[in-house]
Amino acid sequence: MMGALLVGLYVLVLAVFVGFEIITKIPPTLHTPLMSGANAISGITLVGALYAARSGEARVSSILGALALALAAINVVGGFLVTDRMLGMFRSRGKKTS
Amino acid sequence: MTASLVPLLYLVSAVLFIVGLKGLTKVRSARRGNAVAALAMLVAIVATLLDLGTFDLRWILIGLTAGALIGLVAAMKVEMTAMPEMVALFNGCGGGASALVAAAIFWVDIIEPGLPGTLFESLGAAGSITGFLSIWIGAVTLSGSVVAFLKLSGRLKGRPGWLRPRNVVNGLFALAAVGAGTWVAFLADGATELETATVVLAAVSLIGGWLLVHPIGGADMPVVISLLNSLSGVAAAATGFVLGNNVLIIAGSLVGASGLILTQIMCRAMNRTLLNVLFADFGDGAAGGGSSEYENVRSFSPEEAALVLEAAERVSIVPGYGLAVAQAQHATRALADLLQARGCEVTYAIHPVAGRMPGHMNVLLAEADVPYEQLIEMDQANPEFKRTDVVLVLGANDVVNPAAETDRGSPIFGMPILHVADAGTVIVVKRSLSPGYAGIKNELFEHDNTMMIFKDAKEALQELIAELKELTAAA
Repeated sequence: MMGALLVGLYVLVLAVFVGFEIITKIPPTLHTPLMSGANAISGITLVGALYAARSGEARVSSILGALALALAAINVVGGFLVTDRMLGMFRSRGKKTS
Repeated sequence: MTASLVPLLYLVSAVLFIVGLKGLTKVRSARRGNAVAALAMLVAIVATLLDLGTFDLRWILIGLTAGALIGLVAAMKVEMTAMPEMVALFNGCGGGASALVAAAIFWVDIIEPGLPGTLFESLGAAGSITGFLSIWIGAVTLSGSVVAFLKLSGRLKGRPGWLRPRNVVNGLFALAAVGAGTWVAFLADGATELETATVVLAAVSLIGGWLLVHPIGGADMPVVISLLNSLSGVAAAATGFVLGNNVLIIAGSLVGASGLILTQIMCRAMNRTLLNVLFADFGDGAAGGGSSEYENVRSFSPEEAALVLEAAERVSIVPGYGLAVAQAQHATRALADLLQARGCEVTYAIHPVAGRMPGHMNVLLAEADVPYEQLIEMDQANPEFKRTDVVLVLGANDVVNPAAETDRGSPIFGMPILHVADAGTVIVVKRSLSPGYAGIKNELFEHDNTMMIFKDAKEALQELIAELKELTAAA
């Protein structure tokens, strides 16, 4: 069990470093889209919800799982779409970026 | 075959998440980056379905369809002015989902099979501690985001700073959550007790999140939203530990890190520390900040202001939260177009914490088709004000308040501001003199070169446009 925890810790620390490294300079124009795009990524917990909701029986776990799935899906679908909508509006002088 | 296929697909997904997030940091690649991140999500979901092998679709379909539909409608319908509350709500959904997943795992693995012993004995150190963290952080994110949503959309009033002393209350709730978490992870013996302990932990966390965000004032919202964004990632990463799933850990940490960077940027833009935003009894010093009575404030009509604008060659527009409230972004653009057609140079000076979330003004002006090159950051805008004829302050207040530099007793002392007073004339459009947030007086309104127009931003802009058109026609 400690093995899994350690591997997880390695992954966590390295991923945090990658996160800090790739997001060093963000133009303020992109603060909101970056936040809402990152927000959609945090909906990755949907994957966990799939594990929780896999049983067809009406048990507490399945209901919690289905609820988690619904919330995560709102987060993922809504987050990516609204980010795309926002970014579609950003335009450069003269021409549309989209 | 599928045994190694699934982890490989997760690896592909993690790489795509990183590539997508990196894309989101540059204007040119942002839209593609977002699409790549969405693809990464799809890969992760497909890999998980493969991993599940045989599963019953009933609950999965109900949950997925309901959530996807709600998300779709919300994303398509939301007004750009309502973006801060929308982002807050999506954040809360992510945090809540993570907490629910961890709770569901408790039920699947221990409560429903009726396993004896403690969570630590059945799930090990990794599962039990991160399970507690996932529920705590996820639930705090959920209730905190819901409060932020209610406050931002004007459904929940409440004077900032009503809860005192905040650090004690928040500290007590943090202690209570750790206590309940210890009960969940190490002490609760058997299924029934674990069930009770989990419910208690969730309740304590939800109330704690509510009380953490509720007393925070509107001007601090950019910090709060960035922080909640970061927390939703941390909650997902914690859930990843419970499940032993690396793609959750990676994606969650990426979001946690990016949210933390944004939080830092926002704090720096206000010259405050995160601890100060969250725990200090903000507003105590407001009374000590000198008289809050205004003298020598000169109110002008749009007609008089139009005369000043007509003569201007360089105009800078400083938008604030009032612009969003009045939904005046299109009127702003129309006025800028009119000025530019007259040969006037127009730029927008954007303070990093103008509005209620990071980049709020940029999104609003983008909706009105303002090219982003015209949006100038504070550091570049400040030296330019000396060469600017007219600054038009639209619904902004604290970010142009000279007290931040001159008045040591002011609660916003030390916050970098836009030096609009350097310009020839400052036209301030504001609904009233009400000091608003924490009752800070703004001496800019008393300056000799300041013209106040007491109107809703949209109304004032429309009248300015009409007057300018008339002047042009007469000439």
